[in-house]
Parts: sequence; structure tokens; C-alpha cells
Amino acid sequence: MTILNSSDEIKKREDDLDNHHEDFRIFGLIIFLIADGMTFAGFFAAYLTYKAVNPLPEGSIYELELSIPTLNTILLLISSATFHKAGKALVNQKNDLSQKWLIITASLGITFLICQLFEYFHLPFGLTDNLFASTFYALTGFHGLHVTLGTLMILIISWQIRINGGRITYKNMFPLEAVELYWHFVDGIWVILFIILYLY
Amino acid sequence: MTILIDNKAKVKESLQPKGLLRYFSFSLDHKVIGIQYLVCGFLFYLVGGTLASAIRIELISPLSDFLPRDVYNQVLTLHGTIMIFLWIVPVVNGAFGNYLIPFYVGARDMAFPRLNAVAFWLIPPSGLMLIASYFIEGAAQSGWTAYPPLSITTPQSGQIIWILSVLLLGGSSIFGGINFIVTILKLRRPGLKLMNLPMYCWAMLGTSILVVLSTPVLAGTLILLSFDIVAHTGFFNPALGGNVVVYQHLFWFYSHPAVYIMVLPAFGLVSEILPIHCRKPLFGYTTMVFSIMGIVVLGLVVWAHHMFTSGTPPWMRLFFTIATAFIAVPTGIKFFNWVATMWGGKISLNSAMLFSCGFIINFVFGGITGVALAQVPFDIHVHDTYFVVAHFHYIVYGGSVFVIFSSIYHWYPKVVGKLLNENLGYLHFALTFIGFNLCFAPQHWLGLNGMPRRVAEYDPQFQFVNQISSVGALFMAISTIPFLVNIFVSFKKGKIAGNNPWNALTPEWLTSSPPPVENWEGEAPLVREPYGYGKDYLS
Repeated sequence: MTILNSSDEIKKREDDLDNHHEDFRIFGLIIFLIADGMTFAGFFAAYLTYKAVNPLPEGSIYELELSIPTLNTILLLISSATFHKAGKALVNQKNDLSQKWLIITASLGITFLICQLFEYFHLPFGLTDNLFASTFYALTGFHGLHVTLGTLMILIISWQIRINGGRITYKNMFPLEAVELYWHFVDGIWVILFIILYLY
Repeated sequence: MTILIDNKAKVKESLQPKGLLRYFSFSLDHKVIGIQYLVCGFLFYLVGGTLASAIRIELISPLSDFLPRDVYNQVLTLHGTIMIFLWIVPVVNGAFGNYLIPFYVGARDMAFPRLNAVAFWLIPPSGLMLIASYFIEGAAQSGWTAYPPLSITTPQSGQIIWILSVLLLGGSSIFGGINFIVTILKLRRPGLKLMNLPMYCWAMLGTSILVVLSTPVLAGTLILLSFDIVAHTGFFNPALGGNVVVYQHLFWFYSHPAVYIMVLPAFGLVSEILPIHCRKPLFGYTTMVFSIMGIVVLGLVVWAHHMFTSGTPPWMRLFFTIATAFIAVPTGIKFFNWVATMWGGKISLNSAMLFSCGFIINFVFGGITGVALAQVPFDIHVHDTYFVVAHFHYIVYGGSVFVIFSSIYHWYPKVVGKLLNENLGYLHFALTFIGFNLCFAPQHWLGLNGMPRRVAEYDPQFQFVNQISSVGALFMAISTIPFLVNIFVSFKKGKIAGNNPWNALTPEWLTSSPPPVENWEGEAPLVREPYGYGKDYLS
């Protein structure tokens, strides 16, 4: 007989599945981030191909300063660590501490964006000047969009983590974990971007 | 516990709109969403079909007399885009996937019901937007591939609307893909192993992996293209130092897998339908699983065979020819498995089975021309001719669309509870099969003799063959009439099907037809052997 009514153990797991519905949201988010990463992979592939086969015309300006992006890299790396601290604090049920770490993380994100805007305004080339310039702005701009969204999400969860009446507690960690995963992802993308665009 | 579920189901049911109104609401029920996808896709199929008729009417004569040239370009662009992004991809993935996958894994719904509803409701607005672009300043004119520099130099508004619409549809597709992967991998009923799953689950798992890995690349590419159009950057514009071939690489990195996104689920559906109507187990389950996964891996590394005339270097031609030829191996395995499933079976030749057989015949023909096209010297000869048009219509119409019709005949009793009329089904099949082959088989000859595709005018020597092709298209257009009559008449007056009219063993037939809101009264059945036919316990 193929259609079985199963043993006790299976029955118990079934009860779990029906009543609690295990949480697959992080798994879903990971798949989404893989997809998002593929978008960046496409951009990187385009950039590297251009670099290999499309030499810029004589006299094109494509010099980059290293100081601001290096500072930005450090800012984002620190922000990953502070976010991790916020998660730790929430597990230990110290909501106010967690909130503080989150606000520090968000400020680091905002500082990153300000620094990037500063860099944009002081670069010697604009969006349409040459192929390198276009690719540079497309890549960093798309990443900047991710940082902006991430910062907004951090501000939202830092509000939701407030002690009285917030919906994020140590029992409902998901929003914090999801944003943390996303933030680490954006951070990782920046490191790759920094190496490919500025150092290589 | 049973009482608890019943209460939950009741509460959920009481909150939802009733009857047909459900299909116009933001429903979270996977079965409702599946039907939404199917009906919405079919409406767009009618639009795309009308456009195809316009193309065939135009090609009856060698001059551009029925449509002006620029309108002809818009019509063929809309036809391709609608048929791919609004009909086949949403229907073979979204419609049947949403309806069947939760049954197959023994769940009460998809893993993320809200995301599922969002994914569906992205489709109608983007489709309407795409069609509306025709009435604004004219739709896009650069074909469904939107190759620059053509897409940069043709009128902008239509092209930009086209890009936005495809981006939204791509987003919908990615959300769907995430949902399928999580549902299949994580939401399986306890005790159900991956290798017990019906083949359609494997096909959808493979397809969803392709969707998640390749669709975002298309999105990124189209964003760059829209920069070129709106902000006058030069990514793909050689005049500004850009590189059109980069666009082609990025585009085909999505759009070749897109072929498998359209056809892999069809493979899965056929693998469900054949064993039931042949009363035999599916031949070679394990090889079928491995060939699906083989197609997924190979499908990601063959894209440049669309670009043999784009100045690809010799090593690239060599690699992509060999990789493409390799795909014939897993595909061939699947073909022989289907034939072996039918071999010696107790075949009931009903409409569902006829369409599946039609699929096998058409698909093998499309596959053979596909292997031929992978060879560089031959490809260069027939590139951008009607040979290619004939080839891919054999795959997407003779393949996927035949399977969609087969699946509708097969699962209609499940969804509605009534059987479709078989005689009208035979008529529908005869008209479709004859019309399809009459329309597209002569186009191989046209292509071999050098008639280019996507042009409204052609050399008068091709007129007679084009007229034969147009007659075939007329048959195909007429074939939708018996189908639609059948759907509506059977909905009112069809024979009551009962819960399991085909005596099937797959889980969706082990509940009532139509199924209750949470799929099963009580707990889901554990089906370890979905293809155990020909054994005496179920005759």
C-alpha cells in the first residue's frame, strides 16, 4: 500500500507543522539575496568586460581618490560589527542597549552615504563622460541604493525594538535577523566592489 | 488537533470573498492564485494570438500592405513579449506550480502566501501597461530581445515602458521562484523524501533555480539599457565607446535559461500526465531527476550559441557548440523515458493524452533543429532567418503550449469537478496539431532559402509558402473556438467527474474535486510512490 498513515514521530512533526509552521523566512531571504547578488554579478561582469575589451579614448579622465572609499569600507565593516552587537543585546533581553547599537549602525550607514555623495561631487567626471564613469556611477549608485534601503530598515527596527509596546523582542527576532543578514550582504558586496573598482 | 484545523479553515474561509469573486481578490489561497495565473495568462494569450494573426495576414503578400512597417515591428515585439513573459512563463510556472506544488509536497499552502499573491498581482498591471504603450506613442519596435543600438534609436517611450514592464514581470518571476524553492525544500510533509516527489516538483525546483540565478541579470541589464535611453550613457552605444556585445551576453545569460524556464515545467507536467493515462509507472524516475538537474547546470553555460554571428572568438564558438550539443543528452534521456513509459501501457487516447503525444512529436522535431542550430557553420547560414522562427515555435508552441492544453484537459476535472467534452477536445487537438505543423513546418524551408525574420516585406518567390503558413495560422486561430466553447459549456453542463476520474495516485487526486480551502479534510496523505500503476491494488 502506498498511502500510509504514519508513525508517532511523523505525527508529532505534523502537529508542529500545522500549529507552529516552522519559520522559513530566513531561508527565503537567503535565496532572495542570492538573486540580488546575481544582479551585482551581472554589473561586475559588464564592468570587467569593458575594462578588458573597450579601452577608453585618449584623454579620458578616470582617476579615483582612495581616501574616501577606504574610509567608507572601514565604516561599513564597523557597522556590521555594531549590528552584530545589537543582535547579541536583544538575545540578552537588553532592548535599550540593542536600540543604541542599532542607532549607531544607522548613523554609520548615513555617514557612508554622505561620504559617497561628497565623493560624487568632487570627482572630475560625470555620469555620461566616458564608459568608465558610467559604469562607476551605476555600480556605486546601485550599491548606494541598497545602503539607503538598509539604513531605513535599521531605523524602522530600532523604533520597533523600544521597550514598551515594540513588536521586536527576544521572542520575535526575525525582523532584526533579516535586516542584519541583508546588511552583512550589502557590506560584503561593498568589499568586492571596492576591490574590483578601486584597487584592481 | 483536527478540530483546531477545522476552526482555522473556517475562520480563513469566512474572511475570503465567496464564489467567483475570490478570483478577483487578493486571495492567499494557492489554488485561487493558480487559477488567477492561468486565466490571466490565457487572456494575454488571446491578445498575443491576435497579434500573431496580424503578422500572418501581413505576410500573405510580399508587400507591407496590411500593416505599415513600423506598426509591423511593434506588433512582432508585442507578440513575442506577451507570449513569453505573460503567457508561457506565468502559466507553466505560476499557474500549474501554484495549483499543484502544495498538493505534491503535502502542504496546506505555499511557504509565503502573501508573497505569492504579490507575485501574481504584479502581472496584470505590467501586461496592461505593455499593451497600452501601443496606444501612446507606439510600442517598442526592437523585438523581444531589445538589442541595442536598435532599442536606443527607435522611439523611446515605447521602449522604456517595455523595459519597466519586463522588470516588473521579472520581479514577479523571482518572487515565485523563491516561493517554489522554499516550498519544495522545506514544506514537505514529514516522511516524504525528495526522491518520492512527483516529477513536476523536480522540474519546478530546477526551473526556480534558473529563475533565481538568471532573471536578476536581465534586470540589471535592462536598468543599464534604460540609462542608455534616458540619460544618454554609453554602456551599449558604440558611438559613445560602449559595447553592444556585452548587452547580448548579459541578455542571453537570462534568455537562454528562459527557454528552460518555459520548457522544464512542461517536461514535468508531461511526466505527470503520461503515467496516469498509460497506467504504467514513470520510466526511469532517477535518470529523469538527474537529467533535469543536468539541464539546469548546462542551461546556464550555453547562452552564447545565440551570438555566433556577433563576432564571437573561435574558442567561444567551440565551447558553446559543445556545451549546447551536450544538452541533447539529458533531453534525449527524458524523451526516451516518456516513450518507454508509453510502451506497452494501457493507453487511453483522450484529449489530455493526445496533446501530450503531440508535444512529444513536436518537441523532438524542435530538438533536432536545435542540435542543428548549435553547429556554427549551419547557424551562421540560417541566423536570423525563418528557420530559427520555426525552430523556437516548435519548442515553445509545439512544446510548452501543447503541454498547457494537455494539462488543462487533465486538471480541469480537479479544479471544476466536471469533465471536459472529449469530442470538442479531439476537434481542438486536430485543428491545433494540423494548423501548427502547417504553419511552422514550411518556415524551415523559408529559412533555409534565406527569408529573413522580423521584416514585413519579402521576396515574391516566397509568397506561396508563406500563404500555406498563413492558412496554418488560420487553423490555429479557429482551434481556440472549440476550446473556449468546451471550457464554458462543460463548466455549466459537464459530466460530474467525481474525486478521481483518472484513477490517479498523485496526491492532488486524493482529496475532493474541487478541493477544500486547506486542501485536505484532516491530514495530508503520505504518497511515497506517486507512479505505482499497473499493480493490483488500484485497477
